[in-house]
Amino acid sequence: METLITLLVGVLVMVAVYLLLSRNFVRIILGTAILSHAIHLLILAMGGLKKGGAPLLTEEGSTYTDALPQALILTAIVISFAVTAFLLVLAYRIYRETGADNLDDVRREFDD
Amino acid sequence: MTNALVLPVLIPLLTAIVLTFFRNSFILQRTLSFIATASSAGIGVYLLLRIQSEGILRLDFGGWEPPYGILFVGDSFALLLVTAAATVTSIILLYAFSTIGEAFEKMYVYPFMLFLLAGVNGSFLTGDVFNLFVCFEVMLLASYALLILGGRKVQLVEAFTYITINVLASWFFLLAIAYLYGATGTLNMAQLAERVAENGQGPVLTIISLIFLLVFSLKAGLLLYFWLPGSYSAPPAAIAALFGALLTKVGIYALIRMFTLVFHHSPEITQSIIGIMAALTLIGGSIGALSSSNVRQIIAYNVVIAVGFILVGLAAGNEVALQGSIYYVLHDMVAKAMLFLAGGLMISLTGKAKIGEVSGLIRNYPTLGWLFFIVMLSLTGIPPFSGFIGKVLLGEGLIEAETYVLLTLAFLSSLFVLYSLLRIFLNCFMGEAIIGSEEQVVLKKRTLIPIVMLGVLTLAIGVGADVIAPFVNDAASTLSNPQTYIEAVLDKESLLKQ
Repeated sequence: METLITLLVGVLVMVAVYLLLSRNFVRIILGTAILSHAIHLLILAMGGLKKGGAPLLTEEGSTYTDALPQALILTAIVISFAVTAFLLVLAYRIYRETGADNLDDVRREFDD
Repeated sequence: MTNALVLPVLIPLLTAIVLTFFRNSFILQRTLSFIATASSAGIGVYLLLRIQSEGILRLDFGGWEPPYGILFVGDSFALLLVTAAATVTSIILLYAFSTIGEAFEKMYVYPFMLFLLAGVNGSFLTGDVFNLFVCFEVMLLASYALLILGGRKVQLVEAFTYITINVLASWFFLLAIAYLYGATGTLNMAQLAERVAENGQGPVLTIISLIFLLVFSLKAGLLLYFWLPGSYSAPPAAIAALFGALLTKVGIYALIRMFTLVFHHSPEITQSIIGIMAALTLIGGSIGALSSSNVRQIIAYNVVIAVGFILVGLAAGNEVALQGSIYYVLHDMVAKAMLFLAGGLMISLTGKAKIGEVSGLIRNYPTLGWLFFIVMLSLTGIPPFSGFIGKVLLGEGLIEAETYVLLTLAFLSSLFVLYSLLRIFLNCFMGEAIIGSEEQVVLKKRTLIPIVMLGVLTLAIGVGADVIAPFVNDAASTLSNPQTYIEAVLDKESLLKQ
């Protein structure tokens, strides 16, 4: 199960890097969003994937699910949501100000 | 256990939230935000004094004992930085009151500054790696908003680069945290340190430490500073000063904390990489500062040089060098804020940002000219100003560690700092006055007062180095003996007593 998730993380990082290396604002933002999902999955995999255990630490319990990675992911998702929203608004604002939707055009206008 | 430890974070945070409801009452905004930052500084001093008598302080949130809960740990290093950050922020606020303008005040500039301070203080105080990530994000989101306030084109475009870089760094931070949790099973810094010490820092942990190094270097501007000059020269002077004084220092703090507490077992790899990066930062920053003729850019590159200078101390790794680094961080917070304010004031008075477009300003604005001269001396490290003691101690530490290349580069960089600032001083302040006394913009006294206060502060740190010496020595000895920190957090016996 961990191997499968790790492979999925790899694919997602691959997609994210491809998107991040482009010049279009929306693609870059989607790239950061996908990268964040990849890393959330990685945290989940790092905590160990088990079936059937309750997320509790009891004195006798022999099998339990580690609840900490899920708490971490929840926090990270909220942060990722806020940052992505901020970036989207910023990209829209740049488009309104300069009429450009990619870094090349913005830089060109800047140099003039 | 002391609840006061949360106040440097809580006060700015709550004040900022309250202030968002009073958008149009500027007087309330100004008064409350100043009270909030000044009282955070006061609490910082109070806690520093308590640490001297009681040892490292700790606050376990919700009574969850370490290593299970999130906690704040206050040692001398963290609280020195908290005090310095809050003091500098309150002085920068004073400057902002008279210069920032109504449009900014309406757009929540003070709440954002307070959120920034809350994030910065939280990063200094936390004893949990994931909490450090969260505090970083609080600080960064505030900085994103501050950077684009005003909405000029240059700001928007620089902000996009800055935010993308930082978002990327944040996800790498999370990646490092995930690996660290997978490898050690804990995120509490003290327990991490204990477990890494017990099991040895194998290749896996060293790789993880290098991911942390990458992340914090991006935030601190250590070698990976390419985003810094652009984004630090875009916003107005008060905001740029806040960035220059605080933001890179958080990265520096995180580097020093992680690499003295947790990952200090294979110095031949981590320490030498940090040394090489610091050396390259010094060289790159010096070249940048000399090559630009834009005053804002020169000032921003001076931030880069200082980052390299401070982290040379971490590369040397001995106690004296760390003392030097701590002194220099404190000095640099004050002096960089002063440099950004003085430089920014000069630009806003003349409307020109290039060397050679103005000259003879010292006849128009003598006080500003001499203040710029003072900050130049202070940054170069000339006694009696605050840069001196840090440079001396750092030099001693580097000689002790026998890293002569770094020593040479560090002190050569001081000359480049002097030269780059002297170029501004000679070209813009000296020479023939080209602005007549009738057409010059009137400089209000209350705009100058904050810069004078920072000048007094840099002199006070220099002259009164003996007063802060016990705190700095305590901070450096805790850093070089991580066992003190670990015992203070994971002290089993004192837990039973409570």
